[in-house]
Amino acid sequence: MPEAIPQNSVGLVKPSTFHFDQPLALDCGETLDAYDLVYETYGELNPSRDNAVLVCHALSGTHHLAGYYNMEDRKPGWWESLVGPGKVIDTNRFFVVGVNNLGGCNGSTGPISINPATSKPYGPDFPMVTVSDWVESQNRLTQKLGIKQWAAVIGGSLGGMQVLQWAIDFPDSLRHAIVIAAAPKLTAQNIAFNEVARQAIRTDPAFHSGHYYEHNTIPESGLRIARMLGHLTYMSDDIMAEKFGRALREGSINFDYGIEFQVESYLRHQADSFVGTFDANTYLLMTKALDYFDPAASSGSDLSSVLASVSADFFVLSFTSDWRFSPQRSHEIVKALHDNDLNVSYAEIESHHGHDAFLLALPQYISVFGSYMDRVASECAK
Amino acid sequence: MSLSRSDFQVICDWIRPNSRVLDLGCGNGELLRELSRHQGVSGYGIEIDDKDISQCIRAGVNVIQRDLDLGLSDFDEDSFDFVILSLTLQASNYPHRLLGEMLRVGAEGIVTFPNFGNITSRIQLGLGGRMPVNRTLPLEWYNTTNIHLCTLKDFEELCEKLDIEILERRAVSHNHKAGPGLKLFPNLFGEIALYRFRKKQAVAA
Repeated sequence: MPEAIPQNSVGLVKPSTFHFDQPLALDCGETLDAYDLVYETYGELNPSRDNAVLVCHALSGTHHLAGYYNMEDRKPGWWESLVGPGKVIDTNRFFVVGVNNLGGCNGSTGPISINPATSKPYGPDFPMVTVSDWVESQNRLTQKLGIKQWAAVIGGSLGGMQVLQWAIDFPDSLRHAIVIAAAPKLTAQNIAFNEVARQAIRTDPAFHSGHYYEHNTIPESGLRIARMLGHLTYMSDDIMAEKFGRALREGSINFDYGIEFQVESYLRHQADSFVGTFDANTYLLMTKALDYFDPAASSGSDLSSVLASVSADFFVLSFTSDWRFSPQRSHEIVKALHDNDLNVSYAEIESHHGHDAFLLALPQYISVFGSYMDRVASECAK
Repeated sequence: MSLSRSDFQVICDWIRPNSRVLDLGCGNGELLRELSRHQGVSGYGIEIDDKDISQCIRAGVNVIQRDLDLGLSDFDEDSFDFVILSLTLQASNYPHRLLGEMLRVGAEGIVTFPNFGNITSRIQLGLGGRMPVNRTLPLEWYNTTNIHLCTLKDFEELCEKLDIEILERRAVSHNHKAGPGLKLFPNLFGEIALYRFRKKQAVAA
C-alpha cells in the first residue's frame, strides 16, 4: 500500500459502469443483446467537451489506468507512470478515460459474466470479439459520456491496434491517434506464440472445455504457462541478461527441477500473480482478437487504401528492442499514413526493455510523447 | 522572417508555394515550419537525433525518426515536389546513393553542403598542413560527423556521373553576404554551396 498517495498520482479512484441495452452485432455473426462496460475517468471534461482522451488497453490491461482503489491497494493502475497530474497524459489538462474491453474479466461483460439466457457464466460460449467490435462498443460509451470528438485516442500494443481501428471506423471522432508499439497485423510468429499460449490453457485438464467455473477450478497450469511465454516475449534478451543473467537463487545449482535460476523465479512470480487475477477464457479471447486484427484484409492487404479515409493526425512510436512488435511493424503503419499525405510523426525510442517499454517512464519516451501531448492540449479550449 | 541559417533563406526562395516537401535531416524542423507557415508547404522531415525529434514534435512539424543511410525505401517514387538535404550530405555514408534516392522519391532535389574548396579550408590544409577547422567545419577531424566532404567542383562532377541536371547553383557565406568574389569564384569563396537539381530529362525526339 502507498504510505501516502504520491503528489503526482490521480489518487483514490472509483470505476463506473454503463449498461447498454442496444444489441451489439459482432463481427463473428453473433449478437450481444445487452452488456456492461466498466470504465474510469480522471481529470475534468472542460465546458467545450474537447479535452477528452481515450486510452485503449492491451492484452491483459484494464480500465484502471492510474491511481489507487484504497489505501491498502498495493499497486496503482497499469499506466501510473504516464497518466496523472503533470504527467505525459496530464489529468490537469485532459479528461482521461480508460475502459475495460468486452470479453474482459475486470467488470465489463465477458466470459465470467452471467449469461442471461442460461443464468450461468458465459464461459466458452462468450462470442469471439474483435478489435472493431471493441471500438464500436467504445464509440457507444463515447456517446454516453457526451463526448463528440476525442482530443486523442491512445494505446500501446493491442491498444494501439484499437487506436488504428478508431481512426478507420470513426475518422471524425478523434483529432489525434497515438499508436505505440503496435502493428497493422500480427506476423505468423506472433500468431504462433498466441497459439502456444492457447494450447497450454486448452489442454490443461482443469480447463473442462472452458466450463471450469462449474467445476470450481481454473486451468491454473495452462494459464501460468501462457503468461510465462507471453511475458518473456515482452522482454528483450538484453534486459533479461541485465536483470537476471545466470544468477542463481541459492548461489549453487542443486541438480533438481526446483527454482534454481533467478529468471525462473521471476517467471513463476509473474505466473503466480497473473493466475489470481486473470480469467483463462478472457485470455483466449484477447489473443484471438489480436490474431484476427487486420484492417487491410478486406482491401487486398493494402493498408494505404484502408487509411485513405482517415483524418486524424498520427503519432506512432516504437522501441528498438521490441521484437514482438518491432519498429519495422510501426514503419508499415507510418508508410501507409504518409502514402495518404496524412500528418504523421514517428519516434523510435532507444530502449533495451523490449515490448514492455511502452509501460515505462523512459526519458526519451516521456520527452517526445509529452511534446506531442502538449500539442494536443494546445488545441483544446482553455 | 529571420532564419537561423543562411542556406535556409535560399531554399525558401527556391521552393514553390504549396509544394510537397521531404526534408532529409530536418534538425529541429525550423525550415519545414517556416515553409508551411509562409508558403503553404506540406510534407515530412526525417531526422535521427532524439532531441531534434522532440523539438519537431513540439513545433507541430511532421517528423519521422529514421537513419538516412538506410535509404528512403518507405517512400514511393515521385511522392514529393522537392527533396531537401541541407548540410547533411557530407555526413551521410553513401552520398551518391542518397542523391539517387532523392530523385527517385522527388521531382527536384535541393542540396546544401559546406564547401571544402573554400579559401579558409584550402589555406588551413594547403599551407597549414592540417585538416581545416573553421566556422563551417567547427569540429576536429576525429570527432566530426562530416565524413564525405567535397567542393563545388567535386559535387558537379558527381552530378554529371549520376545523370543529374543542375538547375540552379548558389554559393553563400556563413552570414549570407554576397560579395563580387563569391559570384566569380564560388568554389574559392563560397562557404556553403547550394544546388537545385533534377534527373536529366530525355531529349524529345
